[in-house]
Amino acid sequence: MSEFYNANSFLISLVGINAIMALSIYITLSCAMLSLSNAASMAIGAYTAALLTQQLAWALWPAVVAGALMSGLVALVLGLPIMRLSGVFLAIATLGFGEVIRIAIVNIDALGGSEGFRLNSGDRTIEASGWEVYGVLLLIAYFFSRLKGSRMSLALQAIREDENAARTMGINVTFYKVAAYVTGAIVAGIAGALYAHLRSFISPGDFGFQRAVDVLVFAVVGGTLAWRGAIMGAVLMTLLPEAIRVVPIVGGFNIKDQPEIFSGVILLAVILFLPNGLLTVALSLNRIRRPARKVIGHKEASP
Amino acid sequence: MNLAQLPQQLLNGIFSGSIYALFALGYTLIFGVLDILNLAHAAIFMLGATVSWWLVSAQGWSLLLAFPVAVAIAGLLGIVLDRVAFLRLRQRGAPQLSALISSIAVSLIFVGLSRLLFKDDRKQFPDGTFPQVYFDIGSIRVRLLDVVILVVSLALMLGLTWLVQRTSLGRAIRAVAESPKAAALLGVNIERVIMQTFFIASALGGAAGILYGMSLNSIEPGMGSQVELKGLSIIILGGMGSIPGAMLAGFLIGMIEVLSVVFGGSQLKDAFVFVALFLVLLVRPQGIFGLKQGRAG
Repeated sequence: MSEFYNANSFLISLVGINAIMALSIYITLSCAMLSLSNAASMAIGAYTAALLTQQLAWALWPAVVAGALMSGLVALVLGLPIMRLSGVFLAIATLGFGEVIRIAIVNIDALGGSEGFRLNSGDRTIEASGWEVYGVLLLIAYFFSRLKGSRMSLALQAIREDENAARTMGINVTFYKVAAYVTGAIVAGIAGALYAHLRSFISPGDFGFQRAVDVLVFAVVGGTLAWRGAIMGAVLMTLLPEAIRVVPIVGGFNIKDQPEIFSGVILLAVILFLPNGLLTVALSLNRIRRPARKVIGHKEASP
Repeated sequence: MNLAQLPQQLLNGIFSGSIYALFALGYTLIFGVLDILNLAHAAIFMLGATVSWWLVSAQGWSLLLAFPVAVAIAGLLGIVLDRVAFLRLRQRGAPQLSALISSIAVSLIFVGLSRLLFKDDRKQFPDGTFPQVYFDIGSIRVRLLDVVILVVSLALMLGLTWLVQRTSLGRAIRAVAESPKAAALLGVNIERVIMQTFFIASALGGAAGILYGMSLNSIEPGMGSQVELKGLSIIILGGMGSIPGAMLAGFLIGMIEVLSVVFGGSQLKDAFVFVALFLVLLVRPQGIFGLKQGRAG
């Protein structure tokens, strides 16, 4: 067991990081907002925490908290104006936000610019491991499980079903949207701070558009109706490149070097045939044994 | 800040702006007709360029022949994209964001296939594909190739405007954009119009990709991401779904880019583009040139 962990420790920890990221986008998707700035929030958390532990000699946990708060703060300042937008306009605005953060990091020399930022180059090492990652994941998952049925969760659900109807019912739509956006950014900031201390090296390329798309794929493939779906998607899609190693080379085309083809096909199949994600499959298998769950007859979520 | 560069840079802005405008027209056409943000458009831009490069370098075709063939292939890929990614969602009446996500999926597949079939490296057209001729006008140096690119993209834009304003196909496209239900009631074959729209939009995207690849003489699977966000900024600036808006905003983005090089530094040019995007989204979400038209918004 411990041999297996040592051989695959980075991959195992990465699964946990990606699960946290999937939860961060799940919360905005759960009120039908497509935000593509989670990678940028992750970057803010990563660079903030890395600067604190490396330049100011903070311990890991205070730095993680500070990274999360910084990411949440930026999202709040930005979130207030852009929450007026919806649908594709919100998606484009958050995409632009992500790109501005990436360009900013490239141009700040103190952050290592496009070369990246190396942690733990001196004699003091502050690292995170799978234990920290999964501890935090459990904590966040607990938070999400407590959220279910709460005022906030019901409000988000109402906004997802019909924003105008929710507003008519007296739900403060803007407040809850900003709250969801900021919560997502805080969660992504935590993931970033841990990621930085897991890899000991971060660069702007780690937090680009590709990362934002990956995180979206996790949540959508797993399913956006329940937080467990997001975690499931992250686990499956992170292990996918390992799973396709068995695919043979056909006619000189080494298809296993292009895992994005597989993730594209899976994402497409899910959005076309299982709009509520793979979790619906797990739940319907469950239904054979247990009484029907409410979620099965749920109308198609957006997205 | 180097004002001596200004005239040269403004000219460069017109050249690159024309390519951006051509590229962004594909986004705006599809959004206008279907209310879909097609994020696979940048992948088609890249595939158009890659196919033209392959025809010229591996098959030995002349670029004059490879250009229209690659443009047509890009258009056909657009039809494939619609059939694979959007048709089923349309029939199901799925939410707008589902179509956006499914276009991301197709984009992943297209880019991955391009890496698989044509390798991941940076490609160049063979020497002598286009003449290396320069004119010096005062302090400005003009490359013949850039003039050709500008003429081609202006011709395509004029052609599109004529098509949309003056032909029966254009009338059908405008009718579906206005209201698919009413158009269907009046006997417009909606599915056919959608197919034609995807062909035109993707052919323009492919043409933009080829021109971009010629201008930089560099083609690679990741090239779509260099223009993707610029294209999105352009359609926001120009007003979602507006064709003249996208053309004007394309040149505007080209100008913002070169002016930020002159006054700021080349590193920050993309940041300026996004700051412009934010300001427009916050202050005037219907776009600078957009009247609140159609169903967009």
